[in-house]
Amino acid sequence: MEFGPHLMLATLEGAVTAAILALTAMGLSVVFGVMRVVNVAHGEFYMLGAVIAWFVASTLGAHPAVGFVAALVIAPLLVGSLAALADVLILQRISYDPERTIVATIGLLYIIQQTTLMTFGPDARPVEAPFNSRIALPWFEFGDGGFALYWPWGLSITSYKLFVIAAAVVILAALWLLMTRTKAGLVMRATQQDSAMAQAFGIPVARVYALVFGLGAALAAMGAVLIVPIQQAHYLMGGDPLLLSFIVVIIGGLGSLPGTVIAAVLIGMSDGIISVFFSPTLAKILATLAVAMVLVFRPQGLMGKSAA
Amino acid sequence: MLEVQGIHAAYGRVRTLFGVSMTAKPGEITCLLGRNGAGKTTTLRAITGLLPVSEGTITLDGDDLTRLPAHRIAQKRVGYIPQGRRLFAELTVAENIEVGLMACGEGRETRDWVLSIFPRLRERLSQRAETLSGGEQQMLATARALCLRPRVLLLDEPTEGLQPSMIEEIRQVVLRMKAEGLIVVLVEQRMDAILSMADRAVFLDHGQSREAFIGNALRADPSILTRHLGV
Repeated sequence: MEFGPHLMLATLEGAVTAAILALTAMGLSVVFGVMRVVNVAHGEFYMLGAVIAWFVASTLGAHPAVGFVAALVIAPLLVGSLAALADVLILQRISYDPERTIVATIGLLYIIQQTTLMTFGPDARPVEAPFNSRIALPWFEFGDGGFALYWPWGLSITSYKLFVIAAAVVILAALWLLMTRTKAGLVMRATQQDSAMAQAFGIPVARVYALVFGLGAALAAMGAVLIVPIQQAHYLMGGDPLLLSFIVVIIGGLGSLPGTVIAAVLIGMSDGIISVFFSPTLAKILATLAVAMVLVFRPQGLMGKSAA
Repeated sequence: MLEVQGIHAAYGRVRTLFGVSMTAKPGEITCLLGRNGAGKTTTLRAITGLLPVSEGTITLDGDDLTRLPAHRIAQKRVGYIPQGRRLFAELTVAENIEVGLMACGEGRETRDWVLSIFPRLRERLSQRAETLSGGEQQMLATARALCLRPRVLLLDEPTEGLQPSMIEEIRQVVLRMKAEGLIVVLVEQRMDAILSMADRAVFLDHGQSREAFIGNALRADPSILTRHLGV
């Protein structure tokens, strides 16, 4: 395949990565933005979403679309509830102390991971995509006859991957509407600005924190449900999303939701393109290098505010 | 009536209040006075529930507030205007007001009432709070507290850093709330404001309440202020 079509293919793969990364990183960013909690267990909530998706889809045994839709509803709800419970039982009891929170979420990471290993087993499990037709993509050339479209062999994408991109856009738009157009969003933003004053104005901050922690985990789970028909569910699958989410959140600016989306697109696209042309490992190395550069030259990230 | 009886409080392990008592009545302005570090702001924070009270009691019309979480105290219509305003800086004026309204389930009528008191805020509704001038920020902080339709209004140095015209505007609002029968507790450093507004004054020193005077006694003998405040 020529370079142009190959680049287009890589870009589409990158867009799928960016879509999932945006959802997962947004969960981490919401939690950090509102609660100032660095959730090291975020990748495990992602993994749990994938595993529950497999469980729901395989238990229902109906048409793949039914299993998938059920998983898309049930997995985020279950994972979000578990995270909210973890907030109430663990994080609230250590008063969200930054150091202890990191240690606690590391503990949570291993508890979730090892419990999944003991119950779900070490094997990777597939979830069937609800639809998966292959769509051939056109490319163009300027030949003797002028501009012409043609369909290069191998230049195609599945309808499911396009759906993943569209679904992520819809979920992110819904999150944006939630944050900017609803009372719940106003409560979260007020709590993010000044939690003490939020309390002084009747906002039950402890309850808001539990809901936000649940929302962050649910976003990761949604990302996982969307990706599991492409990648399979596995008890160790939370590592990469956690690393990339941290990279995205730091580059975008801690707690900045628009920054998170921009950084997710940058990192996701570059990850997809570099993985296709070179290797996934090189993509991770370059992303880590990018985060190091940001920390040196613009510690507040692309859209974050510098400390006064 | 707001009654504070012998409260003790601490920031972590650092004890800051060692038995503060005061009484504030509806339709009166009670001034909390004292030097820097005397415990005035800490007392207000304890009343709002932002600082836990380890000993003593706080009651509002016989209703015990002592162990209630801060958000429940706000829902009892205790409005707080903190020192430095503490607005939700990145929210708009309208959103800051909305947060105040949500606390006690108030609606459009209260919003209109508050904006009639501060008409300048109506012109700034879509502006972020952090972009307002100091005086407008103080108006917004006051408006946000009034959105609770408060029974108690706690003001912590509301005129700090304001120009004279704005000080007068805030003073008029405080007097209006007093006339409407609110319990007003005011922390203030400016002697002219204290003398012109105080119905009662409680002097704090080293985290304890020392003496209480009625306003007329202060006006009759302003040297009481200089003696206690060391100014």
